[in-house]
Amino acid sequence: MRIAVRELLRRPGRFAVAGSALTLLVVLLLLLGGLLDGLYLGSTGLFRQQESQLVAYSADSRDAILRSRLDEDLRSEIDGVDGVEATYGVGVTLVGFRVDGGDEMGDATVIGYEGAISGVPEPPEPGEAYADRRLEAEGVEVGDTLELGPERVPVTVVDWVDDVAYLLQGGLLVEPDTWREVLASARPDASLPDGTFQMIAVGTDADADPEQVAAAIDDATGGATSTLTIDDAIAALPGVDEQTSTFNQIITVTFVIAGLVVALFFAFVTVERTAQYGVLKAIGSSSGQILAGLVTQAVVVTAGAFALGGVIALGLARIVPPGIPLVLEPSRALFVAIGMLVTAVLGGSLTLRRVIRIDPASAIS
Amino acid sequence: MPALEMTDVRKTYRSGDTEVMALDRASLTLGDDEILALVGPSGSGKTTLLSIAGGLLTPSDGSVVVGGEEISSLDAKALTRFRRDKVGFVFQSVNLVPFLTARENLLVVAEMGRRDAKESRQRADTLLDELDLGDRGGNLPNQLSGGERQRVAIGRALMNEPALVLIDEPTSALDTKLGEQVMELITNEVKSRSTAAIIVTHDTRMTHYADRSVEISDGVLAA
Repeated sequence: MRIAVRELLRRPGRFAVAGSALTLLVVLLLLLGGLLDGLYLGSTGLFRQQESQLVAYSADSRDAILRSRLDEDLRSEIDGVDGVEATYGVGVTLVGFRVDGGDEMGDATVIGYEGAISGVPEPPEPGEAYADRRLEAEGVEVGDTLELGPERVPVTVVDWVDDVAYLLQGGLLVEPDTWREVLASARPDASLPDGTFQMIAVGTDADADPEQVAAAIDDATGGATSTLTIDDAIAALPGVDEQTSTFNQIITVTFVIAGLVVALFFAFVTVERTAQYGVLKAIGSSSGQILAGLVTQAVVVTAGAFALGGVIALGLARIVPPGIPLVLEPSRALFVAIGMLVTAVLGGSLTLRRVIRIDPASAIS
Repeated sequence: MPALEMTDVRKTYRSGDTEVMALDRASLTLGDDEILALVGPSGSGKTTLLSIAGGLLTPSDGSVVVGGEEISSLDAKALTRFRRDKVGFVFQSVNLVPFLTARENLLVVAEMGRRDAKESRQRADTLLDELDLGDRGGNLPNQLSGGERQRVAIGRALMNEPALVLIDEPTSALDTKLGEQVMELITNEVKSRSTAAIIVTHDTRMTHYADRSVEISDGVLAA
């Protein structure tokens, strides 16, 4: 193994081609993963930050919050179900906005809420909003007055909150009446009366099984509701499952390509070094020791490629326009690092058969 | 105890439907500090005999005892350990690891055998001094002359304190003068350690450096 490390240190140029290819693949994996994470986080923040365990929609909404409406009577029935600890009404409206009467338009999701959203205080005063920090990229600052929708309903940003976007639009969290006013302005045909929400977030008792409570809610409302766990509600968001599976397939293929790069490179190296390995075997090196050296080289080259690729990806992330939902999460970097190292070990190990077949007698014949 | 005892050793290969006899009932005994020159033309079986004595090939039949250990029935793993611990090789084309220094080429043997690192370093330095390479230990093979590389290869073969050193055509790529210098060096180094050695050569001018010579032809050792 020391031989392998010394070769890496003294002949780094020999590994430049494989290292460069792996670096590019790392950049690709990080950017693909970053886009997937950006799309996912930007689409699902409102749901992921719910402190409740369940959300209820009206049954005819096909689990889409924008089509759903639940009135006070349905909410009372939900409140009466065993295992339900508390309920909170939530409504959303997608609108354009202007900052302080300017001409530049931005897009936001106005979220009317009653509470229980992680990291978000109790609802602000009427006419005020907590703004998702991603709206900063659209020129919003704390203290700005935003004019929402066609009737330019004014709200003043009083503070930032994090990660409460919906469908890639930053959230503006307002108290329910302000949301209803904006909804009536933006979609007069879909305006809702007091007490009616699009979604009821349901907190369950600590000892209750959320899935059983969900079924009980739908029974209690006579099938008028469709109650989902948070994970199921996220999966039901338009496009989330499709984009996740598409990106994951691309990422999987990229890992396979990385494995092939490692395998082909070290297969070539093994062929090139057949004479050298024959000599080493003749003087007492085992196939396992030679393979361990190859795998060590594969892992070190891959680790170097990850480090360099990570720096390049971070640099690219800084110059990507704010409209592109690229988020480089530490967990994604860890996933790529572990995936690449496993790929390196597997790719390097594919040379095992070649190494075993090298005849030590070839050193002397 | 003899360094090598080969008794009725046969080695056959299959070539299509025919069986080729590479070594035919070869018997040979080598004293524990004896140097033997094995002389024969190309294809005579001398490399096969050397490979069997060094545990690189297993015989089809017969007994091979090296340093008191019967090796003819050892499996591949045991033969690897045997080569690492009991024999030293000097190859025809030297075959040093090109990205390791002279000293590291010697230490490779110790690292493979997981020997004590400090003792191994001391032994490598002693060997390099004795081979007049004391100030060249930090040089890579491409920074050494042909003779120096040959000396490093000899040092590598002696690194594991072998019972038997096997030397394949050490002078084939050298002119007569340099060839004689190399043979003198090899025999001096081997003799000074009371180690046995077989030197394979087709150059009969070099045989006087050995204690005795044995000819081999068509796989048969001369009586």
